[in-house]
Amino acid sequence: MRSALHRAASRAVRGVRWYVRELTDESAYDRYVAHARKGHPDAAVPSRREFERMRTDRQEEDPRQGFRCC
Amino acid sequence: MRTDSPQTASPESPRKASPQTIVIWTVVALVCAAGWSVLALSRGEEVSAVWMVAAALGSYAIAYRFYSKFIAYKVLKVDKTRATPAERLDNGIDFHPTDRRVLLGHHFAAIAGAGPLVGPVLAAQMGYLPGTIWIIVGVIFAGAVQDMVVLFFSTRRDGRSLGQMAREEIGPFGGAAALLAAFAIMIILLGVLALVIVNALAQSPWGTFSIAMTIPIALLMGFYLRVLRPGRVSEVSLIGVALLLLALVAGRWVAESSWADTFTLAPSTLVIWLVAYGFVASILPVWMLLAPRDYLSTFMKIGTIALLAIGVIVSMPTLKMDPVTDFATRGDGPVFAGSLFPFVFITIACGALSGFHSLISSGTTPKMIQKETQVRMIGYGSMLMESSVAVMALIAASIIDPGLYFAMNAPAGVIGDTVQNASQVVGSWGYQISPEDLAAAAKNVEEASLLSRTGGAPTLAIGVSEIFSEVTGGSLRAFWYHFAIMFEALFILTALDAGTRVGRFMLQDTLGNLYKPFKNVSWKPGLVITSGIVCGLWGYFLWVGVHEPLGGINQLFPIFGISNQLLAAVALAVCTTLLVKSGRLKWAWITGIPLVWDATVTLTASWQKVFSSDPRVGFFKQRSVYQDGIDRGELIAPAKSMDDMHTIVTNSTVDGVLTAALALLIVIVIADATRVCVRHVRRPALSTLSESPYVESKIVAPAGLIPTKEEKEEARDAVGAAPGG
Repeated sequence: MRSALHRAASRAVRGVRWYVRELTDESAYDRYVAHARKGHPDAAVPSRREFERMRTDRQEEDPRQGFRCC
Repeated sequence: MRTDSPQTASPESPRKASPQTIVIWTVVALVCAAGWSVLALSRGEEVSAVWMVAAALGSYAIAYRFYSKFIAYKVLKVDKTRATPAERLDNGIDFHPTDRRVLLGHHFAAIAGAGPLVGPVLAAQMGYLPGTIWIIVGVIFAGAVQDMVVLFFSTRRDGRSLGQMAREEIGPFGGAAALLAAFAIMIILLGVLALVIVNALAQSPWGTFSIAMTIPIALLMGFYLRVLRPGRVSEVSLIGVALLLLALVAGRWVAESSWADTFTLAPSTLVIWLVAYGFVASILPVWMLLAPRDYLSTFMKIGTIALLAIGVIVSMPTLKMDPVTDFATRGDGPVFAGSLFPFVFITIACGALSGFHSLISSGTTPKMIQKETQVRMIGYGSMLMESSVAVMALIAASIIDPGLYFAMNAPAGVIGDTVQNASQVVGSWGYQISPEDLAAAAKNVEEASLLSRTGGAPTLAIGVSEIFSEVTGGSLRAFWYHFAIMFEALFILTALDAGTRVGRFMLQDTLGNLYKPFKNVSWKPGLVITSGIVCGLWGYFLWVGVHEPLGGINQLFPIFGISNQLLAAVALAVCTTLLVKSGRLKWAWITGIPLVWDATVTLTASWQKVFSSDPRVGFFKQRSVYQDGIDRGELIAPAKSMDDMHTIVTNSTVDGVLTAALALLIVIVIADATRVCVRHVRRPALSTLSESPYVESKIVAPAGLIPTKEEKEEARDAVGAAPGG
C-alpha cells in the first residue's frame, strides 16, 4: 500500500519535472544531442554553452521566432 | 472531456452513443443552459459569477466536443497518417515534434497576454451580458475556428507565416496589404499597451519600484543563463520569481520611505522612460533582457491565471454591474464612445476573436506539432482557454462597485480630479458612490488616487485583489493589487521589447529593398535606425495618448480594436480562400461567416469613427467642432487651454486618417481574396495551391488530451513510441 503510494508520488514528481523542463525548453539541448546522434552515435555535438548561445543567436536573427501575442 | 465509447471513437464505424455518453452530455447541456438562463433572465437581483462560469465552461465543452470535431474531421479532414513539418524537417531546434500537452502550454502562453485582460474590462461599461455573449459565442464560431484553421493550413505548408500564405495564395497585392496591416497593428498595439502601463504606474511609487526592479532581476537571470549555468531555465526562473515577489514586498517599503518621491512619476516622465526602455532593450542582445524576462512573465502569467481561476471558483463573487447598462444603447459611455454594435465587438478582441493569434498559429506552433489531428486540441483548445481568461477578466471588472468602476475608467476631463466631483458625475450616470468610499478604495490598495486610472489594468487589479483577499483575508488587499499590476506590466514590457524587434525586422526587410545593407539584420547602424523608428512611432501614440485631453484610452482603444480585427479579417480571408481553393467550397462558410461578421463589425466601426456626426464618436466631426472653437477663440470642455484645443484637432486628424487607412486595407484584402475565390470557382485550372506533398508519418501520438482506448493500443503496438507520451 505504502510502496504503491510512493510509486505514484514519484511518478507524479517525474511527470511534473518532465513537463516543466519541456515547457521551459530546458530540455532543448538534450533533444538536440539526441537528434544529432540518432543516426550517427559518434557525431560531434556542441557543448551546452555553445548550443544555448546558438539558440539565442537564432532568435536574434529572426525575432518572429517565439514571439508572443498581446 | 472525451467520453466516447470505443465504437464512436472510430470515424468509420456507425455512430452510436453509449447511454453513459448521452447522460454526461445532457448534464453538461443542462448546466450550460442554466448558466445562460440565469444570466439572461435576471433583472435587478444579484447574480453569482458562478453562473457565468457555468455558461462559459458548458458552452466550451459542447463546442469543443461537437463543432471543433466536425471542423477537424469533416471540413479540414485532418490526416493522422500525414507527416507534419516537425516530423519531416526535424532539425532538433525549431522544427521538432513536441508532445501535445507541452505544445498546448507553449501555444497558450504565446497567445494569452494583456489583451484578454484589458478588452473585457473596458467593455464592462456596457454591462456584463454583451461582453459575456460575445466572448463565448465569438470564440466558438470565430476566434477558435480561425486559430485552428490557420494552424492547419500553415502546418500543411511547412509552417509558413500568414504574410507568406497571403502572398502565395491570394497574390502580391493582398500580400503587401497584409504585411502593411501587420506593421500598423504592431505599432498601435505597442502604443496602446504602453499607455495601459503608464496609466497603471503613474503616481504609484509601489508599482513603479517593483516594475523597475524587474530589469535588474532579468539582467541577473540573463547573466546566470549565459555564463553560470547555461540552459537551466527552471532553476533560474524560480530564483527570478522569488526575487520578483521580494521586489513586490519591497515596493511597499519604498512607497513608505523617503525614496517614495524618486519613484512617484508623472505620466509624461513615464512615457520617456518607457520609450527609452523599449529602444535600449530592443538593441541589447536577446540573452540579456528579452529571454529571461520572457521566462519570468510566462511563469507569472500561467501562475496568476491558475490562481485567478481557483479564486473565482472558491470565492464565488457576486456580479454588481448591471447586465446591460444604458450606455449600451445611448453610445455615450465614458470609457469608450459608441453604442454596443459595433463597439463591444472591437473592444473585446483577444478572448473572442484576435487576429494576432494567426501570427502564432502560423509560424512557431506548426513547426512543432506532432500530428495533424492535434490542430483541434492545440488551435481550438488553447483559444477556448484564452477565452476563459477573458471571462475571468470580465468577472473581475463586474464584481467591483459600478460607481468605482466608472470613476476609475472615465477620463479626467469628464469626472474631474477630486473625489467629490467624481462622485457627483458618476452619480449623475445613475451609479451612487460616496466621495468617502472612493477615497477609501484608493487607501485600501495604498494608492494616492484611483480616479481616471484608465486602461483596464488598475480596474482588473482591483477586481483581482477583491477575489484574492476574499480567500486570503483583507490585510493582503494592497499586496494583491500590486501583484496584479506587476503581472500585467511585466508582460506588457516584454511585449514592448519583443514587438519592437518584430516591427524592426519588418522594417529592415522593407528598407532593404531601397538600400541593401538594411537587409542584413545584424548591420548595427541599420539596427539602431530601424529600432529608433519603431520606438518613435509607438512612442508617438503613447505620448499622444497620455496628453490627450479627451482621454487616451477613450480615443486610441477603438483604433487598436479595429486594427486587431483587421488582422483577423486578413487571416479569415486567407483561410476562406484556402478552403475554396483546396476543394472545400461547400465548407467555406466555416470561416466565411466569421469573416463577413468581422468585416461588418470592423467596417461599421471604422465608418462611424470616420463619418459619425456625433463628436464623441466621429474623429473628423470632433476635429471640426474643436477647429470651429479655435476659430471663434472659444474653449470647449474638456480642453482647458488653446493648446489643448490644438492638440485635440491634431490628434483627431491623425486618428481619423489612420482609421480610414486601416479600413481601406481591409477592403483591399477582402476584395483581392474574393477575386481569387471567384476565379477559382470559374476556372479552377488557373489556381495553384502551394501545399507540401504527402509524406507518410511514422509517429504514433494521440489526437486529444486523453488518449482513447484505440490510440493506447496503437501506441503499444508501435515501436519506439515518444517518451512521456
